[in-house]
Amino acid sequence: MIEGAYDLAEDKGEALAVEGVSVWLSGREILHDVSFSLHRGEFTGLIGSNGAGKTTLLRTILGMQVPTTGTVRIGGSPRGAHGAAVGYVPQKILLDPDIPLRSRDLVGLGFDGHRLGIPLRSKHRRILVEEMLEAVDASRFADSRVGTLSGGEQQRVLIAHALIRHPRLLLLDEPLANLDIRSEYEVVELLSRLAEEQGIGVLISAHDMNPLLSAMDRIVYIANGRAASGTTDEVVRTEVLSKLYGSHVDVIRIHDRILVAAGHEHDGLPAHTEPSVWAIGGRS
Amino acid sequence: MVDALLRSVFEPGLFSSGPVHTAAIIGGIAAVVSGVVGTFTVMRGQSFAGHALSDVSAAGGSASFLLGISPLLGFVGMAGIAAGGMEMIGVQRARGRDLATGIVLGAGLGLAALLLYFDATFTSTTGAAITVLFGSMFAISSSTIPLVVAFSLVALGMILVVYRPLILSSVSTELAQVRGVRVRLTESIHLLTLALAVALSAMTIGAILSTALLIGPGAAALRVAHRPAWAIFSAALIGLGTTWGGILLAYDSYYWSSDHRGWPVSFFVVSLIFIAYLVSGRVGARSTHRAPKPLAIEEISSSPTQSTRS
Ligand SMILES: Nc1ncnc2c1ncn2[C@@H]1O[C@H](COP(=O)(O)OP(=O)(O)O)[C@@H](O)[C@H]1O
Ligand SMILES: [Mg+2]
Repeated sequence: MIEGAYDLAEDKGEALAVEGVSVWLSGREILHDVSFSLHRGEFTGLIGSNGAGKTTLLRTILGMQVPTTGTVRIGGSPRGAHGAAVGYVPQKILLDPDIPLRSRDLVGLGFDGHRLGIPLRSKHRRILVEEMLEAVDASRFADSRVGTLSGGEQQRVLIAHALIRHPRLLLLDEPLANLDIRSEYEVVELLSRLAEEQGIGVLISAHDMNPLLSAMDRIVYIANGRAASGTTDEVVRTEVLSKLYGSHVDVIRIHDRILVAAGHEHDGLPAHTEPSVWAIGGRS
Repeated sequence: MVDALLRSVFEPGLFSSGPVHTAAIIGGIAAVVSGVVGTFTVMRGQSFAGHALSDVSAAGGSASFLLGISPLLGFVGMAGIAAGGMEMIGVQRARGRDLATGIVLGAGLGLAALLLYFDATFTSTTGAAITVLFGSMFAISSSTIPLVVAFSLVALGMILVVYRPLILSSVSTELAQVRGVRVRLTESIHLLTLALAVALSAMTIGAILSTALLIGPGAAALRVAHRPAWAIFSAALIGLGTTWGGILLAYDSYYWSSDHRGWPVSFFVVSLIFIAYLVSGRVGARSTHRAPKPLAIEEISSSPTQSTRS
């Protein structure tokens, strides 16, 4: 199924292609032969339990982590300098309430935070910041200190920060962690809309796939250092996931929620994994 | 009447006194540099590193009395070496930071103790310990001014160059990395400006107290200002105001008692900084935690004028 996607890549506007990526850290293979691709306008969930390697994979795509083998292509060309055409919202970012930075300042830093010297007043920059704040529905708290905003509001500002240079690809590392259900829903809606409207490939990591189900075009499921990708229906099946985990797992659909539960055979389970995290669909 | 009031505030001779001039110039410059650099230091949570650098610079100050060189060179040299040492041990990594800082601080203060002992025993500079640790602003030679100006320009220049990357990496090193900022280099430059700032104020209000001038104005500014540029400007202003206020009070204090024993400048400066910090808390409480505007009905119905307003 992945081979087929490559052929489509040129036509549909490939945002990202990960090919045969393996990553070793401290003598341990964290990712093994991971391949998938993502097109512009597509909303893809990167799903896996804690420690599955989601952050490692995102860092590899960004070029902050060099893969042991394999390649990463962004927008159809091998990745160049640091995150040139990639927007990134890191995991668990703590914005200190003491930092004298308004939402609009942080968004502006996404535009020119890497440049030397002090920022000059520019109409272009101001309008761009204003546009981004509006695109993520953050105009209301544009002048508030970012550190004093709620988790969901901070995510919006960080998304605007990541998008201001109009990347083709947006990576978000567990942006739904620590959000209440309502903000969770709003952030997913926003990302799904941005993917479609602006033709951005969105890759969003999460340990629970359920909040993403309605929005997800494709899924990349990581377990045991391996990944399976495709549509949710193709990937989240007992056969596929059992093969991935190397032991029997059950995929249970209850109404419109999906529960992935470990079976009784524990032989194939990685030693460091708690049985409880196998209930990925559960919201404990 | 106005004249009498002015007279009671500005004692006669204040503006014609050479040492007061020199103190006002050097103290003012050191305060501005400390305020500007200190804002970043507070924002980055590196106050302890700043304190360590200033304590270590005391060793350089003490050595300068033995070597017969300008104390400023001693302070800057030693603070620079300490910054390099902290950089090598790994002050930038959050976990290694406190450890590296503490180790360098301990070694530096020990060396200062030894050198101050030598100062007292082998040279006639009996006041060296007080001067190095607590400063004596009215005793600074005016010949130091060009050197102070040069070091200050270097420190402020470096801050101007790394201004944006430094703010971004203070918010989050990861965001900065993704944006292509060379985080390590940026942070090293901040550490270097920190060394220069504490060395400058070590010379004016003393190595022990220079932390107050570094941290106080910055911390107060962060409570009242909403944007980086305003915070930096406010910190510089608070530093300048408290330093000049301290000089004024110290000069006046000479006339407070009949035996004409003036109080030390450093005491007044540090006290004024403390007061500024308390006041900023009151001002900040009203403005800092400015909540997002409540979602108004008109905004939900999104008329065009509403959505474009800033
Ligand atoms: N720098 C590193 N050195 C060694 N092991 C690491 C390093 N970073 C992450 N790991 C390990 O790699 C695995 C995957 O981590 P991570 O990518 O953070 O998982 P996730 O984001 O899915 O929770 C974990 O077992 C973690 O302990
Ligand atoms: Mg992670």
